[in-house]
Amino acid sequence: MTFAVDVIGLDKSFGDKHVVQDVSIQVGAGKITGFLGPNGSGKTTTLRMLCGLLTPDAGEGTVLGLDFRREAERIKRQTGYMTQKFSLYEDLSIEENLAFVARVYGLDRRRQRVREALERLGLENRRHQLAGSLSGGWKQRLALAACVMHEPRLLLLDEPTAGVDPKARREFWDEIHALSAEGLTVMVSTHYMDEAERCHDIAYIAYGRLMARGTGEAVIRGSGLVTYRAEGPGADRLARALAGKPGVEMAAAFGAALHVSGTDRAALEAAIAPFRRPPVRWTEVEPTLEDVFIHLMNQSKDNFE
Amino acid sequence: MSGFSLTRVGAVLAKEFTQLTRDRLTYALILAMPVVQLLLFGYAINGDPRHLPTAVLVQDNGAFARSTLGSLSHSGYFDITEVARTTAELDEALALGRVQFAITIPADFTRRVVRGDRAQILVEADAADPSATGSAVAALSALPQEALKHDLVGPLARAPSAGPPFEVVVHRRYNPEAITAYNIVPGLLGVILSMTLVMMTALGVTREYERGTMESLLATPVRPLEVMAGKLAPYVLVGLIQTAFILILAKLLFDVPMAGGWGALSLGIILFIMGSLALGFLLSTVARTQLQAMQMSFFYILPSILLSGFMFPFRGMPDWAQALGTLIPVTHFLRVVRGALLKGLGVAELWPSLLALTVFVLAVVGLAIARYRTTLD
Repeated sequence: MTFAVDVIGLDKSFGDKHVVQDVSIQVGAGKITGFLGPNGSGKTTTLRMLCGLLTPDAGEGTVLGLDFRREAERIKRQTGYMTQKFSLYEDLSIEENLAFVARVYGLDRRRQRVREALERLGLENRRHQLAGSLSGGWKQRLALAACVMHEPRLLLLDEPTAGVDPKARREFWDEIHALSAEGLTVMVSTHYMDEAERCHDIAYIAYGRLMARGTGEAVIRGSGLVTYRAEGPGADRLARALAGKPGVEMAAAFGAALHVSGTDRAALEAAIAPFRRPPVRWTEVEPTLEDVFIHLMNQSKDNFE
Repeated sequence: MSGFSLTRVGAVLAKEFTQLTRDRLTYALILAMPVVQLLLFGYAINGDPRHLPTAVLVQDNGAFARSTLGSLSHSGYFDITEVARTTAELDEALALGRVQFAITIPADFTRRVVRGDRAQILVEADAADPSATGSAVAALSALPQEALKHDLVGPLARAPSAGPPFEVVVHRRYNPEAITAYNIVPGLLGVILSMTLVMMTALGVTREYERGTMESLLATPVRPLEVMAGKLAPYVLVGLIQTAFILILAKLLFDVPMAGGWGALSLGIILFIMGSLALGFLLSTVARTQLQAMQMSFFYILPSILLSGFMFPFRGMPDWAQALGTLIPVTHFLRVVRGALLKGLGVAELWPSLLALTVFVLAVVGLAIARYRTTLD
């Protein structure tokens, strides 16, 4: 298997804040890798280092087969980077923004490429509209169109769907999968679990450290987490009673149901035993990615502090 | 919930103060501005310039000539910095701006004074800036009565009714009618260009950082010099259009003399526009917000107006302020513009100022490129 991204020992500090610590990551070519982790965990910093926007303090490796420290300029030509905040020119029209990007990358057949991008977006009729007047979802799709116009081999997306409605998010992800099917490698950071589940692979980073890596299933299995689900009248109200009991790492209400998880099966079962009576029904379930992430977050905080 | 609530005013007020203290640079500028500028401009600006450099051509060896020169120095307005041997040397000193005054005491001065035969001395003033020479010229009126008071005694004593022993002929060169606009309008060219160009570029680049568009731009293969050239080129055009407007209006409305020196003027304008733009770019690499960029521009523009010789005579300032003024590009640009338009000087004469502008451009462009980062570090 060839890797589009293969770096080891990434390190970056801002002042006395150690934002990324010894992160090593491999991303398979043509795969969509979800980059998850709490706010301020170093996701954006890692993405920025990979595309040459930040200089790492330490770390070696390759991006698209090029030395990512020394050949940043060549990597930039083959990489599309979409920022968290909309970063096209709001006071330029849709078409003007696309034309600008095409020229900055020195692309040939510019007119044609811009027209194709507009068609793909379905924005031919609105091409003279100012980018600033688009809705959140359209802005993101325009930004995506802009950063794939130079036909990159690697796409880095930093929380591309934050604050976007579910339908627009789904369309956005359909587009990402279509691009991936064409052979593009995608690294996308997100906080949405449904989006994490749409990735081929997941990397979980917290407090600057890589905590888990692999497919969604592998990450769940690797966590060693046991989860019980309680249903029935008043089940969700048990959260407060169970939280903090030995063996209970998390107790969170999901609507009327309750998920209780822990890594120590015996202790967990002992903790819920007093509540295992009708009308509440208890069943062991597969932990969700969200359960695993919250577990990882708690764990990493323990390690960190 | 209606009416005017002091609690709510208090809430907004407290928030406003807290935010003010967060923006350190703004805070520092707000506090430093009055102190620095009061001290700087309070001591530097002088509407009654004294100790103006003066060249003399003395063709008379007599004692009266010496007394007259002594009396001139004694007035406090004239510092004799050059002694010319020929009229040509004297003219050159005045034309190049080395001196503000050129004084000629003719060969027959003493003889004519003794004979009471309409003795004269000639004072030529560089009146391009009328305010620089005004008080000194006024002081000359008392000179004939006072200068030879101690020499003309005994048999040479004059009857009080005889009038002064000699007269002072004043020639105001370059601006004989002492029209202030002749000096101010060319000077405005420098002030307007720096005001708009420095601020526009400083804001233009800072805006990209503030809006986040710089992050996308940096992720593309575009290089620092390319960004700089592309961002600044449109403003070069803006600067040239402004220059054309000002020069045309100067001619049509104020009838400002345009004595020539077009080569030096063009070179000066190009250098000055480039320097101002590069300076704006440099400021934008320091400022984090557009507000900060704006404040920094003001901090640059104020001394450009006050210490450059635009508003107040350069020679009226104390030495330290003149030294400071020499560091300001507008000072040199004004010398080029006034020298070219009012005196018709060319590159051969104005090269020191043009060189100073070139150094400024190179230094600022170098610094700006060094500071501009292709990364967000």
